[in-house]
Amino acid sequence: MSATERPMLKPRPVYLDLPRIRLPLPGIVSILHRVSGAALFLFGIPLLLAGAGMSLASPESFAAMTAWVANPLVKLVLLGFAWAYLHHFCAGIRYLLLDLHQGIELPAARRSSVVVLVASVALTLIVGVRLW
Amino acid sequence: MVTRRQTVGAHYGLKDWLLQRATAVLMALYTLLLLAVALWNGGFSYPLWKALFAQGAFRVATFLFMVALLYHAWIGVRDIFMDYIKPVGLRLALQAAAVSVLLLYLGWTIQLLWGVKA
Repeated sequence: MSATERPMLKPRPVYLDLPRIRLPLPGIVSILHRVSGAALFLFGIPLLLAGAGMSLASPESFAAMTAWVANPLVKLVLLGFAWAYLHHFCAGIRYLLLDLHQGIELPAARRSSVVVLVASVALTLIVGVRLW
Repeated sequence: MVTRRQTVGAHYGLKDWLLQRATAVLMALYTLLLLAVALWNGGFSYPLWKALFAQGAFRVATFLFMVALLYHAWIGVRDIFMDYIKPVGLRLALQAAAVSVLLLYLGWTIQLLWGVKA
């Protein structure tokens, strides 16, 4: 059945009032996947390259970077990037499975959304414990 | 007689869709590899870190990861621009800027991996 033939089961609101939109769980995972991807592109990649360069240049610059990372504020920022990477990672694996037609029924898709949200936060906490 | 070019419906973008997934798998494998090396050694000291990057195979793996990352980022950023930026001129300008910065990162990567150390 195509989308046009589908009977209207309930009246759907037609507005794009962002604060009023309540996304379902898979929608939340989806938009976070996009937001985390954009953040990783904008700030993550240059930071990764700068960090790699600094850590490889000399023992002194490696030590300087270690000192930088010891700063609590820097740790907090790094934790943010860790979450972005981990969420993008976990949500990405979910999409790969959906592409393979695994868990495409609504209840399963909702469950896997929760798994992605919880797993990425849990993994970020592990990174946080390692950092502090 | 063809008077109008169809802009949706054909498999435009199928290759990118597939490459986005292929690059994702490659990056995931590299991430797990690096994590395994870190866990195995209990973190990275400078000599260990340096020795790791001295290995040709690891440099090649890192290069492949970065190429995958940059191409993956291009597809993602292009999708975001296509979704939200409607004026064609602005979209093209942003896409050109994104391509430029990603190519810059590619150069930076090569310099990091094989460049002359000052």
